[in-house]
Amino acid sequence: MLLSEIKEGQTARILRVGGSGALRRRIFEMGIVKGTQVCVDKYAPLKDPLEIIVMGYHLSLRVEEASQVTVELIQSDDKRTAADNRHLPSAA
Amino acid sequence: MTPRTLTIALAGNPNSGKTTIFNNLTGAHQKVGNWSGVTVEKKEGVINRHGYELKIIDLPGTYSLTPFSIEEIVARNFILEEHPDVVIDIIDASNLERSLYLATQLREIDCKVLFALNMADMAQSRGIKIHTETLSDLLDVPIVFTVGNKNEGMDALLKKAVELAEQTQHISEGRKVRYSQDIEFAISRLQAFLQKGSSGTLPYSDRWTAIKLIEDDQIVRDRVLTLAGDSRQSVQDEIRVARQYVMDRFDDDPEIIMTDERYGFIAGIVKETVTTSARQRVDISRNIDRVLTNRFVGFPIFVFFIWAMFQLTFTVGEIPKAWIQSTVSGLSSLLELHLSDSLFKDLLLNGVIAGVGSVIVFLPNILILFFCISLFEDTGYMARTAFLMDKIMHMIGLHGKSFIPMLMGFGCNVPAIMATRTLESEKDRILTILITPFMSCSARLPIYIVIAGTFFAGRAGTVIFSLYLTGIVLSIVTGRMLRSTLLKGLDAPFVMELPPYRVPMARSVMIHMWERSKMFLKKMGNIILIGSVIIWALSAFPRNITYSKDFTYEIQKLQQKASKDIHASADPAARISLENETAASIEAIKRIMKAEKIENSYMGRMGKMIEPVFSPLGIDWRGSVALLSGFVAKEIVVSTMGILYVAEGDKDSEALRTALLSSGMTPLSAISMLVFVLLYLPCLATMAAIRRELRSWKWLLFSIGYSTSLAWVMAFLIFQVGKLLHLGV
Repeated sequence: MLLSEIKEGQTARILRVGGSGALRRRIFEMGIVKGTQVCVDKYAPLKDPLEIIVMGYHLSLRVEEASQVTVELIQSDDKRTAADNRHLPSAA
Repeated sequence: MTPRTLTIALAGNPNSGKTTIFNNLTGAHQKVGNWSGVTVEKKEGVINRHGYELKIIDLPGTYSLTPFSIEEIVARNFILEEHPDVVIDIIDASNLERSLYLATQLREIDCKVLFALNMADMAQSRGIKIHTETLSDLLDVPIVFTVGNKNEGMDALLKKAVELAEQTQHISEGRKVRYSQDIEFAISRLQAFLQKGSSGTLPYSDRWTAIKLIEDDQIVRDRVLTLAGDSRQSVQDEIRVARQYVMDRFDDDPEIIMTDERYGFIAGIVKETVTTSARQRVDISRNIDRVLTNRFVGFPIFVFFIWAMFQLTFTVGEIPKAWIQSTVSGLSSLLELHLSDSLFKDLLLNGVIAGVGSVIVFLPNILILFFCISLFEDTGYMARTAFLMDKIMHMIGLHGKSFIPMLMGFGCNVPAIMATRTLESEKDRILTILITPFMSCSARLPIYIVIAGTFFAGRAGTVIFSLYLTGIVLSIVTGRMLRSTLLKGLDAPFVMELPPYRVPMARSVMIHMWERSKMFLKKMGNIILIGSVIIWALSAFPRNITYSKDFTYEIQKLQQKASKDIHASADPAARISLENETAASIEAIKRIMKAEKIENSYMGRMGKMIEPVFSPLGIDWRGSVALLSGFVAKEIVVSTMGILYVAEGDKDSEALRTALLSSGMTPLSAISMLVFVLLYLPCLATMAAIRRELRSWKWLLFSIGYSTSLAWVMAFLIFQVGKLLHLGV
């Protein structure tokens, strides 16, 4: 599934980052690399952009950009556990 | 003997506390300028410590050294070309993994690197423990602990930097990122090729050059190819072979694979050096964010903050503004009294003081505005405003961060344009700067009040509101249009960090505010001074004009008659009233003189000359001159109109109203003029800001040309269509 399909509070693992050129590389450089865990913290009031937690920091990206990222859901809707895990280094 | 100079560059991620450390190190000894050719702030400070003169450069905050954004190019070029003696990488301890990405890139370049592990105390309280020795060992880099906001570790940092600079031995090759076998093979093959290549002097280390070539780094490739000369083709082929080799084995672009592997390398380091205790934490920052970007209250709170900022800037700011205004007019009347009439006096009073004075009065507003912005930035709220507004701004083809500058445009376009510095993408910045002047600034308001108040008494509020709305709509239209034509290209990605909320440091906010305001004063000062003198000259020359009557003689006659009458009169009350009467008549004659003088000045002649341009808009020559004078500052339009329309009687606003009503101006031509005022060329200070921020005359000319022709076309349409429909005539 796509990162843009993950609901608030859910955690997922990155499988593939699509797209091309500078944007793709920028997403990679911000730490969204294969195997990393991300937690979708929230969506903006207007449903775009969204805020994710990756490598212990908060990052926002547009839904359009998030839809380039393929992920697998590893944890469903458990906010507390997700919050506790967010400072852990990625399981790369 | 002057001490030897050491250059120390500070690198680090945005929000890593780099600026705080820079401020701590250099204190008041800092100089803010621009990196040559780009609008990225360059900060440097020189201090004397440990027997050296230390020149400390604050590089732009970046996440990586891949040359995508201006900041990254600037930071990388400085390290590569200027060869600083030491590079200090400020690492946010609570954000170690991502910070190490830049660190590994710095490590790959052949330069002396030193890590400042910043805010380790905060990381510890969040349950993160970093084993510094292991980290230092693994990366072969000395590490110093710092706590920027408590001013801790600064001396140790400098001492270590000096020590490192004094070391003569070459940086060890080991401990750099090792890529997987296939990539290492491609690197060493290309490296060997480069070494035996005829190009000889390669600008950077072989390994680094080879890595960058495989990553398809445009800047490095162009340099290598230029150096290669005749063997250009073979170098190009070799690069292609190396890239293809990696691509075949990993089925993806080499640069992506290498980024991936760097993070893999970092993950390994983190695993060995960081222990996280799973303790229950209360994350204050996250809780604040739950409220400030909340689905329901997020926007109301945002609107409140913006409202408060405006109130502070334009209501509280009016108080010191009035002081400055009275100081300027006090100075001007003092000089008026003590200088004898001369061309110089005229230049000084009506050119220099009037012109520069009209700009300097904005200083309080600008100080307060920048204070608020610094507060927004330093607390971390600025990123949230972009987060909230991005959806809306994206529809215009802009970035969420464009919102604040545009909004500030309603106050004054000058700080608004300066605030576009927070935008990372050059195209976003250009576009935002070009449409900001359509945000109706406060200087245009007095004109609206006078004209709309005169012609639409009861509905003035609605008219003024519609004007503001017109400006917004046209900025959206312009934005979309430019996005699909001149400024085409991919939208800048919205991959933006939302830093944790922090309590701002008073010192940092003050430095921030003052630096920006100083820039305003200095740079605007120059251009405004020159511009004001030109405008003054246009309205003051030619000196010898023939008046329609001999006013000087009339004044003399009046004075003589008055003094005779006063002598003759015995009643003291009658004397006083006679004196007042005479003074009033002389004042009236002087006013006519002034009006005639302006009419006959170059400015007046220009006004008359361009009248044919303005008459299709329903604006007469007096309106044209007033609009021309608005070139310096838009408020001046009102005072010029006052001089030109109100030839007789008092110069209060009531008189201007009556005069305007009897001047042949209709409600329709009034609307036309209002729209023209809203849209036409930005004032001198704004133009100076545009020129400065875009570093381009071309874009400035475009802005002037576009806004003025848009103003003309809109006013023309309104006036002509209105006339056809017999509206408001």
